Amino acid sequence: MNPVAASAASASRPMNTESTRFLTRYVFSRDHKIVGLQYFFLALAAALVGMFLSLLMRIHIVWPTAKIFGIGNIAPESYLALVTMHATFMVFFVLTLAPQNAFGSYFLPLQIGAPRMAFPKVNMASFWLAFVSFLVMLAAFFVEGGAPISGWTHYAPLSAIPSAGPGEGLGMDLWLVSIAIFCIASCIGAVNFIVTTIKFRAPGMTWMRLPLPCWAWFVTAFLILSAFSVLLAAAAMLFMDRHFGASFFEPSGLMVAGQMVQHQGGSPLLWQHLFWFFGHPEVYIAILPGMGVTSHLLSTFARKPVFGYRAMVYATIAIGVLGFGIWGHHMFTSGMNPHAAFAFSNLTLAIGVPSAVKVFNWLGTLWGGRLRFTTPMLFSIGFVSLFITGGLTGPILAQPALDSYLHDTYFVVAHLHLIMGMAAVFAIFAATYFWFPRMFHRMMSEKSGRIHFWFSFLGAYATFVPMHLLGMAGHPRRYSQLTEVNYLHKLMPLQMFISIAAFVTMAGQFFFLINLFWSIFRGKPSNPNPWEATTLEWEALPQGRDIQRGAYEFGRDDMGRDYLPQAGLLQLKSTIKN
Amino acid sequence: MAKALLVALWLITAVCLCLFWFHPWWLPALASEQGAPIDRQFKLTFILVGVAFLLAQTALGFLVWKYRTLPSTTSGRQFADNKKAEIFWTVLTSLLFITFAWTGARSWSQSHAAHTTADAKRPVDIEVTGMQFAWYFRYPGRDQVFGRSRPQLQDASSGSAAAIGLDMSDPASHDDFVTTTLVVPINRNVRLTLRAQDVIHSFFVPELRFKQDAVPGIAIPVVFTPDRQGNFEIVCASLCGLGHYRMRAAMKVVSEAEYEDWMAKHASQPAGVHP
Amino acid sequence: MRWGDKPKGTELPEAQLGGGGTNDRFPSGDDGGDDSGRNEDGRLSYRDRLMRCRLGLGLSMISILMLFIALSTAYLMRQHAAVEHGNGSSVILWQKLQLPPLLIFNTILLLISSITLEIARRQLLRRALFAPLSDIPGIRQESSRALPWLAITAVLGIGFLAGQAIAWNILQQEGMFVVGNTSGSFFYMLTGAHAIHLSIGLLALLYALGGEMFSWKLETRCLVLDITSWYWHFMAGLWIYIYALMHFS
Repeated sequence: MNPVAASAASASRPMNTESTRFLTRYVFSRDHKIVGLQYFFLALAAALVGMFLSLLMRIHIVWPTAKIFGIGNIAPESYLALVTMHATFMVFFVLTLAPQNAFGSYFLPLQIGAPRMAFPKVNMASFWLAFVSFLVMLAAFFVEGGAPISGWTHYAPLSAIPSAGPGEGLGMDLWLVSIAIFCIASCIGAVNFIVTTIKFRAPGMTWMRLPLPCWAWFVTAFLILSAFSVLLAAAAMLFMDRHFGASFFEPSGLMVAGQMVQHQGGSPLLWQHLFWFFGHPEVYIAILPGMGVTSHLLSTFARKPVFGYRAMVYATIAIGVLGFGIWGHHMFTSGMNPHAAFAFSNLTLAIGVPSAVKVFNWLGTLWGGRLRFTTPMLFSIGFVSLFITGGLTGPILAQPALDSYLHDTYFVVAHLHLIMGMAAVFAIFAATYFWFPRMFHRMMSEKSGRIHFWFSFLGAYATFVPMHLLGMAGHPRRYSQLTEVNYLHKLMPLQMFISIAAFVTMAGQFFFLINLFWSIFRGKPSNPNPWEATTLEWEALPQGRDIQRGAYEFGRDDMGRDYLPQAGLLQLKSTIKN
Repeated sequence: MAKALLVALWLITAVCLCLFWFHPWWLPALASEQGAPIDRQFKLTFILVGVAFLLAQTALGFLVWKYRTLPSTTSGRQFADNKKAEIFWTVLTSLLFITFAWTGARSWSQSHAAHTTADAKRPVDIEVTGMQFAWYFRYPGRDQVFGRSRPQLQDASSGSAAAIGLDMSDPASHDDFVTTTLVVPINRNVRLTLRAQDVIHSFFVPELRFKQDAVPGIAIPVVFTPDRQGNFEIVCASLCGLGHYRMRAAMKVVSEAEYEDWMAKHASQPAGVHP
Repeated sequence: MRWGDKPKGTELPEAQLGGGGTNDRFPSGDDGGDDSGRNEDGRLSYRDRLMRCRLGLGLSMISILMLFIALSTAYLMRQHAAVEHGNGSSVILWQKLQLPPLLIFNTILLLISSITLEIARRQLLRRALFAPLSDIPGIRQESSRALPWLAITAVLGIGFLAGQAIAWNILQQEGMFVVGNTSGSFFYMLTGAHAIHLSIGLLALLYALGGEMFSWKLETRCLVLDITSWYWHFMAGLWIYIYALMHFS
């Protein structure tokens, strides 16, 4: 049976009795599961694009004169376009869409026992807007001048003056239009998530009985709601600067490419403040759902409740709230007031506390458990390890004295990739392997999954830990060629090692891709609850019953199982052995 | 699988710690007084972070191995929270981060307060201008006053003081001279005023242990005291366009005598760009 | 058991192991999600649909508000940095905005439109109240009283937007463009963003108008009009804020 049809048909409540026309069923679908899958495959496509761009980047860094099949030699401006677009695709189209919109659309209603999302048409609309945004972003590669070169952060005035570099003309405009559409898509999607969680929980599903991914999606939706609007404002202002002669971000007296620029009265720092006010919550948007999924999976595969459920909830909320107050730590060297710098520094260090509390609670979840090393579990353990490593370089960068040296070096690249590029992505992998049987009613290959895990885990460390040393040696970021600066020459062996490690890691991703697509069509058929998990997406709430227990209850029940499904009836104490 | 994870985690931890302990690539040798507190703070922070890293990853590896399901394992203990533990590690982590905040702030102020005994002399004032894709350094000359410059007069192609738009109608400009190499005397406070002509650049010399963005429309002062003679590279540390990777200049720290000679030589030449 | 019934025997905290199985319940007596008030035939009640839509609208307002907060903060920050020093010269950059008096007229139009929309909403509500009586023989519902008020609101809304366009024209004729004028840029940005969002409200208004004209289901019409009117009042309030910001700073 067509796996996608099967998943659509298995709604626990028969609400989606649409016509069977292909368009309304699979394309413009109001079924949250279809929309979730659509987001999933969009994010996958974006990840492949982003990974390919990084492959080209790593080849160019170590072999600047190499000619690549079908593309030729990569020129310096192309390299900067690769940097910009790699980050754009990965941060927006992978890390914002996959953890939140893909898995959230699919599983939030299921896990809370809802028949659907609150506003199914809005869900569909937000996907199609994101899709259009993706196409517009891709188009930036093919227009005259190519894709923009000012980095995904697009600091003004470089991003505001079309003559300041190739790709800063039409390519930059397309970037702005694409992101504006993406902002709108994200905001309306977030409204949907929040209303669904507040209004559509099944009877008995109190807030403190919610599975942790649902909490994560809920808090993240608030972050999206508030942060993306600010990005939209900034993008609109930049567009006005570029095309209507406004001067939000450019001061007077600029001379670019031999021509006086006719702007006056603006501030480049204003762009940075607006961008990072969005940019910092954005990285928490990328990681919070992953943390929720990790908690969920560690509990499921340790056969133990999540350690410190309440603490985890409070920590999630704390991270969400504090995340709005620390954007200035991206601007320590910008010329900002030092008093402001210290306020941001202290708050940044403060946010390390709930993050550390989460790590301790994950360790607590493992302690005393009976661990089952399935592929999702491996990736969740990998997440914890990578989050520890990536997170611990945060306190280093949070100190202005040290950041004064490390800002805009490879140390920052190492930090952000370990946390976002690897830990958050590991959570996406873990979620994929875990929820695959629910989405497609087949199992992915465990053996292939293990190979994928080891390639990715060892590859992640091999690729990104050496970058810290590059940063400590003072290697700046975004250099399209390493031949001009003398003190970089002795760092080339390290860059070569990183590139090789990256190639190997990327090669390992083929195990995932082949496994994924093969298993969709030919994977071993799975039973309804292959992982023996407790939550409602595996064992649905029968019609008319209320939720009577929390999401993470394990222990022998009278049927010989070691877990108590959330959909089940309440057990009397005597039948539960500790 | 549990054993493989344990070995992998402990091995990774060991390799990382060795890499950071023996650091075959690391901070270049220090060349400024302001850098010393920074280096101390790096050391302290890395030690604390390293200990946390060691403990956390080791614990993860151990737990993963210890609690693997064996045929003999009965159902696990079902504890799910421990308020004392939560308070304990929250307090512990808070103390650690407060330590970072406090020592970090202290090293920042130590760095910014560092000065030589020779600060009775005026600081050496130099205006640094970054543009796509070169650095220019303007010295105020004998009158120690920077003359006026105007963006309308900027013309990098004529290779003279026109590169930074020096306005010769201002009498204070007559003794200004512009170089493409930054020459500073050892053990004197050097005050750089950073400017940018077109986009954001960033002045970075690793040996001095700081970088500072040069932002168009703002003049940003930064002070350092070189304490080691030698040749150093200035690089741009903020993406500024196509030539970002080749926007570099040389910095020479020379003895006081050499510096005076060099100044005298330039003072006798007409205002222009000097090597 | 049916939806809305309280479950039996659920106060046994010791039987719940970890995982947050505490017994907190909302004071309303509904457990879990608020949407438990279903009708006999299982469809959601009007009240629940309304509450859900209002919540969605409230959240959207947060999002829209963040946009304008970002613009306002930028506006205030730039105003205080009104003098630029560069290369030895100072440039006064911030010209105080001379808001054309037409804007006051536009404001009044918008406020009146809020009032007329509210009248329309209440008319429709009154009709909804009497709807169950229309089954009784001999009682005839009069045609919708809300329709003319809705139409007036739409006309006023279009009038406001037209007035904004004229105000822009006036300013351009006075020489205040986006180019070369920071305060001008902010004026166009703030009013333009407001106009775009108001146009969305206008579309919703036309949708509600269509519902009245073609006599859709009463419940749907009430819902649409309720949400539209909240949004419209929000837009009016936002305009007052924007005008005050530019006038008093």
